[in-house]
Amino acid sequence: MTGHPLRIGFIPLVDASALIVAVDKGFTAEEGLDVTLVREVSWSNVRDKLNIGLFDAAHLLAPVAIASSLGLGHIKVPIVAPFNLGINGNAITISPALHAALMAQADGDPADPMVTAKALARVVVARKKTGQEPLTFGMTFPYSTHNYQLRFWMAAGGVDPDEDVQLVVLPPPYMVESLASGLVDAFCVGAPWNSVAVDLGIGHILHFVADILQRAAEKVLAVRGKWADENPEVLARLIRAHQKAADFIENPANRAEAAEVLSRADRINVDAEVIRRTLDGRLKISPDGTMRSSERYLLVGREGAARPDSVQAAWLYAQMVRWGQTPLTDAGLQTALSVFRPDLYDAAIGSKAGNGHSITDGVGAFAGPVFDPRDISGHLKSVEIKRR
Amino acid sequence: MPAEPFFKIVIVDESPIRAAILEEGLREAGFTSVERIGDMHNLLARIYALDPDVILIDLENPSRDVLEQMFQVSRAVKRPIAMFVDQSDSASIQASVDAGVSAYIVDGLKKERIKPVLDLCISRFNAFSRLQNELDKTKSALEERKVIDRAKGLLMKLKGLSEDEAYVLMRSTAMREKKKIGEIAQSIITASEMLK
Repeated sequence: MTGHPLRIGFIPLVDASALIVAVDKGFTAEEGLDVTLVREVSWSNVRDKLNIGLFDAAHLLAPVAIASSLGLGHIKVPIVAPFNLGINGNAITISPALHAALMAQADGDPADPMVTAKALARVVVARKKTGQEPLTFGMTFPYSTHNYQLRFWMAAGGVDPDEDVQLVVLPPPYMVESLASGLVDAFCVGAPWNSVAVDLGIGHILHFVADILQRAAEKVLAVRGKWADENPEVLARLIRAHQKAADFIENPANRAEAAEVLSRADRINVDAEVIRRTLDGRLKISPDGTMRSSERYLLVGREGAARPDSVQAAWLYAQMVRWGQTPLTDAGLQTALSVFRPDLYDAAIGSKAGNGHSITDGVGAFAGPVFDPRDISGHLKSVEIKRR
Repeated sequence: MPAEPFFKIVIVDESPIRAAILEEGLREAGFTSVERIGDMHNLLARIYALDPDVILIDLENPSRDVLEQMFQVSRAVKRPIAMFVDQSDSASIQASVDAGVSAYIVDGLKKERIKPVLDLCISRFNAFSRLQNELDKTKSALEERKVIDRAKGLLMKLKGLSEDEAYVLMRSTAMREKKKIGEIAQSIITASEMLK
């Protein structure tokens, strides 16, 4: 028996785990799907190949799914996300020099992102006074959680991400080298790149992004809206296969096997031990060997992580508006909300589990008032630094 | 359609051979202002400095995402426009994606003016990948010849066969086991190394 053929694109990152395990452990085959995974080198490629139909589905940055649906940055193609591949998973890594400068300026516990953001503001002022170049921060894409997380953090401390520092897009494989060569002073990226920098002794992990937002939708399984409408049964099977994979990965007894599957050369192609530590949320954060564990580092399915949450779509849309990428309109918000499809997830899984977590507003930001998805303009009024 | 000599084109490609082939094609077609960037360091700053009308980039280049930043409202450059801005262009995007090339326009040019450049790039990219394929094939054929020769030598020494007999033995084994002669040769070499 041959299954329904599907081509699915991915970027080699640990948050593609549910997709890769779904295919390589045979969960997609069990659902009668014959999936070919295609490894890509850039988010632009993934987006374009999904948009024009060379891919049936893709591992995609959650904000790119929204940007495509709004027609930002490229052609307008409505995208839907019926499965959330990961919550959180990024970290902010800084050079030893910036680390020393921030620690010297820190007024309180540097594990608190408000303390580090305010310390950053003082470092920025000091650099301006002495005529030094502005600090440069690397992130992965204009429409990326990394971009919005960095901005949210530094702006809360009074640093304007467009005026006071430089934010530059860097492909993840170049992040570490750029930090070593001084091209950037810091970056925000997913696994395994933060650990690579720490292991080389050229970076300190300052924060897990879970310190900034307790829940941030990171990557989604994305399909074209039209494709979803035309292939409801195939999509439901794909969602079920992903759920089985997420459950498999979240069972600690399977972690070693999952890490081995993910580490293969044609998949993520990094050491299984590094992947294992990422899945366990146990990372070396300093070249001196200091370890840090977090239950919130990367969620692949647990605490309702797999179920798309429209609050996340609203929060991402609010950041796009805040930083001048799109104007605030009711239609825009509706489009963003319609990308995340918990209804498709529920129908495929056959569960009414609810949201599965206990974060009051679904986001849990370290600064600012509770986030209300029905009041984006209220959210924007509550922040000082923004674009008009 | 006559080419526009002052139409400034930048090729971003880490493969110097392919970039050279592209550049040559563009020059032959009358585009005289062509620059190449092969090193991805400080890519945006260098592109801003060159201020091109069109950027061509290989789809296998991770730095493609760096270029996306130019499409943001930015204080550093005038607002750039992506080449394929409307839905009706999806056929030409598909063609360029299939060929492995992507193009961006940095200024508000009309898309008709870029069409000949893109068509040329697609055909040059295709020609380059054909060349690459042939090269790979030739290389692997050469490798296989070497392996077969080594296995032949082993058989001659171990079994006291002539060169022809050694070859015939390998070929008949390959046919019987429905394998390639190169695979049989490789297993002879592997086995002999294990038995050393």
